[in-house]
Amino acid sequence: MAESNDVCVFHEVASPFCGIASDDLTIEVSGQTVSVIENGDAITKKGFETQITDTEPRIDGQEVSLEEAIAKAADIVNASQQPVIGGMASDINGIRAAMALADKTGATVDSMDSDSAFRNLLVLQDTGWMTTTLTEVRNRVDLLLVVGSDIEADYPRFYERMVWNEVSLFDQDTSSRDVIYLGKAPSGDTSTSPNGQKAQVLACDDNDLPEVLSVLRALVNGKVIQAEQVGGLTLVDLTDLAEKLKQAAYSVVAWASGSMQFDHAEVSIQMLNEMIKDLNETTRSSGLPLGGKEGSTSVYNVSSWQSGYPMRTSFNRGYPDYDPYLFDSKSMLANGEADSLVWVSSFNVDRTPPETGAPTVVIGRSGMTFDQEPAVFIPVGVPGIDHAGRSFRGDSSVAVPLRKLRDSGLPSTFDVLSAIEQAL
Amino acid sequence: MLTKLTGGRIIDPSQGINDKVGDLYIQDGRIIDPPSDAKIDEEINLRGKIVMAGAIDMHTHIGGGKVNIARTMLPEDHAADVIARTELMRSGCGHAAPSTLSAGYRYAEMGYTAGFEPAILPVNARQAHMEMHDTPIIDKGGYVMLGSDDFLLRMMAANKDQEAINNYVAWTITHSQAVGVKVVNPGGINAFKFNQRKLDLDEENAYYGITPRDILHRLARAVNELGVPHPLHVHGCNLGVPGNMGTTLDTITGIEGLPMHMTHIQFHSYGIEGDFKFSSGAAEIAEAINANKNITVDVGQILFGQTVTASGDNMRQHAGHSHAHPNKWVSMDIECEAGCGVVPFKYKDQSYVNALQWMIGLETFLLVDDPWRIFLTTDHPNGAPFTSYPHLIRLLMDKTFRNDIMSRLHPEAQAASHLASVEREYSLYEIAIMTRAGAAKLVGLSDRGRLSKGAAADITVYTEHEDKEKMFSKPDYVFKDGQMVVKDGNLIHVSWGTTHVVKPDYDESIEKELKPYFDRFHTMKMGNHKISDDEIIDDGRGSLTVQPLHAGGPI
Repeated sequence: MAESNDVCVFHEVASPFCGIASDDLTIEVSGQTVSVIENGDAITKKGFETQITDTEPRIDGQEVSLEEAIAKAADIVNASQQPVIGGMASDINGIRAAMALADKTGATVDSMDSDSAFRNLLVLQDTGWMTTTLTEVRNRVDLLLVVGSDIEADYPRFYERMVWNEVSLFDQDTSSRDVIYLGKAPSGDTSTSPNGQKAQVLACDDNDLPEVLSVLRALVNGKVIQAEQVGGLTLVDLTDLAEKLKQAAYSVVAWASGSMQFDHAEVSIQMLNEMIKDLNETTRSSGLPLGGKEGSTSVYNVSSWQSGYPMRTSFNRGYPDYDPYLFDSKSMLANGEADSLVWVSSFNVDRTPPETGAPTVVIGRSGMTFDQEPAVFIPVGVPGIDHAGRSFRGDSSVAVPLRKLRDSGLPSTFDVLSAIEQAL
Repeated sequence: MLTKLTGGRIIDPSQGINDKVGDLYIQDGRIIDPPSDAKIDEEINLRGKIVMAGAIDMHTHIGGGKVNIARTMLPEDHAADVIARTELMRSGCGHAAPSTLSAGYRYAEMGYTAGFEPAILPVNARQAHMEMHDTPIIDKGGYVMLGSDDFLLRMMAANKDQEAINNYVAWTITHSQAVGVKVVNPGGINAFKFNQRKLDLDEENAYYGITPRDILHRLARAVNELGVPHPLHVHGCNLGVPGNMGTTLDTITGIEGLPMHMTHIQFHSYGIEGDFKFSSGAAEIAEAINANKNITVDVGQILFGQTVTASGDNMRQHAGHSHAHPNKWVSMDIECEAGCGVVPFKYKDQSYVNALQWMIGLETFLLVDDPWRIFLTTDHPNGAPFTSYPHLIRLLMDKTFRNDIMSRLHPEAQAASHLASVEREYSLYEIAIMTRAGAAKLVGLSDRGRLSKGAAADITVYTEHEDKEKMFSKPDYVFKDGQMVVKDGNLIHVSWGTTHVVKPDYDESIEKELKPYFDRFHTMKMGNHKISDDEIIDDGRGSLTVQPLHAGGPI
């Protein structure tokens, strides 16, 4: 580990910790201590500022050399009939190395955020959608409808950067933009306009969203509804919302699938996206799936381009074999279908592996603590702090470059997984 | 290491060599003159075999956001075509939208040694290059998309001079690591965001008042004046619209002699005659191409079966969504730069329209005189997957085969085309022009597509066969940069090709305008938008090859 008291300041640093991937952060590095000094928020501060603790790999809790840890990890994977590579939270090259290792060992790949991601991917694979990206929202949105989500807890700077920006390309008075919540109410007041106009909230229970969205789509299509109330919302309010969507020139419908934790939420997301398609018969409207924190958008992208399929793909038969239900790593481990786990989690010390009896190798961020000490723990550097890399934003079209900010001497996920592959 | 390839029948149109028996010498990955007395380390007997440069696909959607959306949304298409891992190769899959690894292996096994992604959004260039980085063996590169980006349209609305536009175009090429410039439905992707549903050549963008004709002029001039060898790559207005041939003819003459490449021209060659109000415009389009020497085209041939259409043209893709098969589709607006649309599609031989599209493509191939100005593409995967190229080559080289297939298509489509009476059959020499020498010249690859001294030793060796589909499906040998990578149609070595780029000069003052533009309007900083050379080299197996510029105009 390099010891230095020099203070370095980095400008225009991109954050891989939230799906918006803000890249305007100013970061100060003093020795091994990282501080976000401009444009930070709760998510990015925690992400960048979590301290390095352990730097030595462990086998069964005993410190060992990196070589020994890699050899032991290779032994575990080699001895396994059905290994799982889970978590997969890393930069592009870390995910590439995980895919290569999975292909070679017949492992199944899965992401720590798959439950959330598949609520969207299943819609993409079944009916598709019309979506937009953050810069379009910043410059064009006239009506923002937020469905079943809070937004600001997970994306604290969303409104500052995408809605209440002072200038836009097309001479719009951005402070007059309409914000409407359907389902959950906002947890804070970042959705309040600079003029003090609070967002309209049409609150309903998560469990009522499927019905509410069906009715909203029907109203957008001019269908007559007999009921006067749906999920506690009046038809008058829903009709008014449908009318606003039809009148808007560029409405954006945002949802965070991670917040929509009810059974078969994918069907409601599908309903929403079919409504957006319907609106586009006469005006413009776009979906904005919010997600993609800590590299999860990178996982499905790399997995798709290298194997053809998103995660929950098994290489056990020698070729990629995709099943979003059968190859859910949590259930594979719980049911004893998998007999080893390589858990990759290089961004967030709180994202530890699921409890399992299967021998577990953790390629994790330094500072991670475990209820159950894994067979092997190899602390790795954080992409965008300890080594350079790239990470997709939640809107997927944009990948940001991640920079090396300090010299911690910690290996990258790519280094470690590639070494395990070599050692097989 | 000195390798001698002995006694092959060499076809190299770059030198005018047509089926002449000769030897080739390879050292350090390059073709060299016959050495006077050096020791030959390895000799490979090619007597009786046909020897060409490696083939170059100058328009193939192999990497980037829309291609990856297509992959992700088509699990059912992949499942029928999975590829098991071997000692040598990673596993993969995909017929219409193959995984990157499988795409590279399959191109090489067909004798292709380079492929160019034709629609790289500047903001998505990072993804496109990362995917191409994971595409083995073949060389790659891409054309960066401009023409619906708000920065350019604002410059044009403000009536900035051509030099300013040239500067912006050069900056974009450089920092997207591109080898050319593409425009897709000029201004139309932008107009769709303002809810315009069509945009003819002289129709104004509702916000900017700019027409597609203006955009084509500005960009074609920029590319020409910057000395970028690849002419402006144009996906024109009104793709797929019956009657669009008029717009296409107007586009050809409207460019007033500037070099212009019109891509997948088949999709832009439709008339409105007959009972179905859909007819072939191929004869008129071919006549215009023959008469205008500044124009090059690739065909975008359709072939029957399931595929997926992936395009930057979300205005036209949205208009065509009702044809999605299976019924799912994606349309995206992207970052005030462009958009994309992905629509799975099945071309059916008993559909009048699809059958006629097949004929229109072939008519175009056969009626354009000069094989140096027409290129063999299916607009992979939009007309058909690239793996169908050997079949397409047979259609061009074998009139009987062509007419046999035609006789089984929708009868009224047969009656609407003169294809059956066209006698022309392509020669091996003409195929070599279209897929090698001509393609290298068009893309601006100074060291590829030829077998003369100094060229990269990208070489494909075939056994001549009556059945040209068979011949072109399984080359005897493929050499990539001098290394044998395919033997008897099977991959024997995996290498990683280079990325071809051009680096036109620009005045750095452009960043004084771009930086505040990014700060004010974008969600990414200008500095993070740029793709460094190191990102192309990446984990060490990537490399950059900077191709020379032509003598340009004023800057």
